[in-house]
Amino acid sequence: MDLAFIAAVFPKLLAGLPLTLSLAVLSLSGGAILALLLSGLRASSWLGAQFANFYVYIFRGTPLLIQIFLIYYGLAQFPALRHSLLWPLLREPYVCAVLALMLNDAAYTSEILRGGLRAVSSGAIEAAKVAGMSRPTMLRRIVLPLAFRQALPAYGAEVTSMVKATSLASVVTLMEVTGLARAEVSQSYRAIEVFLCAAVIYLVLVTLITRLVHWLEDRLSTHRSPALDRSPA
Amino acid sequence: MGEAFTLLGFGPEGWGHALLTAGLTTLAVSACAFACGLVLGTLCAWAKIAGPAALRRAADIYGVVLRGIPDLLVIYLFYFGGRQIVTAIANQFGHTGPVEISGFVAGSLAIGLISGAAQAEVLRGAFHAIPSGTLEAARVTGMRRWTMFRRIIAPQALRTALPGLGNQWQSVIKESALVSVTGLVETLRAVSVAANSTELPFLFFLAGGAIYLAITTVSGLVFRIAEWRAMRGQPAMRVGG
Repeated sequence: MDLAFIAAVFPKLLAGLPLTLSLAVLSLSGGAILALLLSGLRASSWLGAQFANFYVYIFRGTPLLIQIFLIYYGLAQFPALRHSLLWPLLREPYVCAVLALMLNDAAYTSEILRGGLRAVSSGAIEAAKVAGMSRPTMLRRIVLPLAFRQALPAYGAEVTSMVKATSLASVVTLMEVTGLARAEVSQSYRAIEVFLCAAVIYLVLVTLITRLVHWLEDRLSTHRSPALDRSPA
Repeated sequence: MGEAFTLLGFGPEGWGHALLTAGLTTLAVSACAFACGLVLGTLCAWAKIAGPAALRRAADIYGVVLRGIPDLLVIYLFYFGGRQIVTAIANQFGHTGPVEISGFVAGSLAIGLISGAAQAEVLRGAFHAIPSGTLEAARVTGMRRWTMFRRIIAPQALRTALPGLGNQWQSVIKESALVSVTGLVETLRAVSVAANSTELPFLFFLAGGAIYLAITTVSGLVFRIAEWRAMRGQPAMRVGG
């Protein structure tokens, strides 16, 4: 292995990290909001539940890459859209990538949220009702926090899988870490060294996130551990 | 609307045949990748359960590394990296210029490697769900290790592993779309080509999505039936709800 070459490649690839992170953060936040809306829709009516189920079925049943292509290349088929005010936005690969990642993430997150909501014990809800809480207060103080804690391990896995999924944005010309690696390989023809460097960057990122989620899991279950005195209530 | 049917149909103007072949290629890549993953996953599960310490460590590292790297990068590594290695070897033997390698093989191996890490976890979980009494009974009757694996462990573990393996199969199908970057004409590649030449990208990517949805839906049903058959005669026990 040529260490000087690797030392030169690393900073070049790291230049794509901000874009990778911004894609991940934006699509995860958008996805989380959409997932909450989907959960609300599911609880609202039979028709809403059917729509939410159909949405999840479509987005989980097809590859993310085809969803990105459908938005990035597909929308150009409609002249009405091409002449609309939205077009300068929808023409941008960045916007399309975020949109596709966001819609895809919402489907997976809403399923995770569903599992978390199902795990909230009826006793907790009854207690909140008896205490005279209104529905929004109960949702905010009791149901969502409990569901969030329950869903955290699965959601952590979803966060790391979204970080990895941002690499697909390179296919629609975005120069995040994977995109820069592709460009570097087409210049130097040293695929193994360059892609391994990129892999190390993702691996470190994913490991950090996994640690963070574990730490958060510990923090949010202090009632199960004797170390209560760590956080003065 | 009529035009769309003509284009997607099997007539002389239609892309039906191309899309059908591409759908079958998707199935073939997925099947090869899944089989690779099953072999790797079984070996790793064995290493984690009963292997020597060094192998167990290696299996753990494999799992962590493959779960931390984007699928696309693994495919790039296999395809472009493989080409780099094969070219270097060929040049040693006097061949000049780059050597092409098969996108099908590189893609199947790459996705197999990704899926193997996940399948190892599914299989390990399934092994631990076997009641220890059954294993003891097998040992007491004097079964040899291979017989015990074939008659006792494999049938019971596979039954528990079925839902997890079904999920893995679904992921493999979706990951197979990434193999299109190697130029292999599977579903996504075929609809991209059709989208380009007809200038109807939305129609063809939508059709591509429908092909994937059909494959995932039908195989989901097949796994559901297999689970139902495997669970006959068992007390109702839902795995993973």
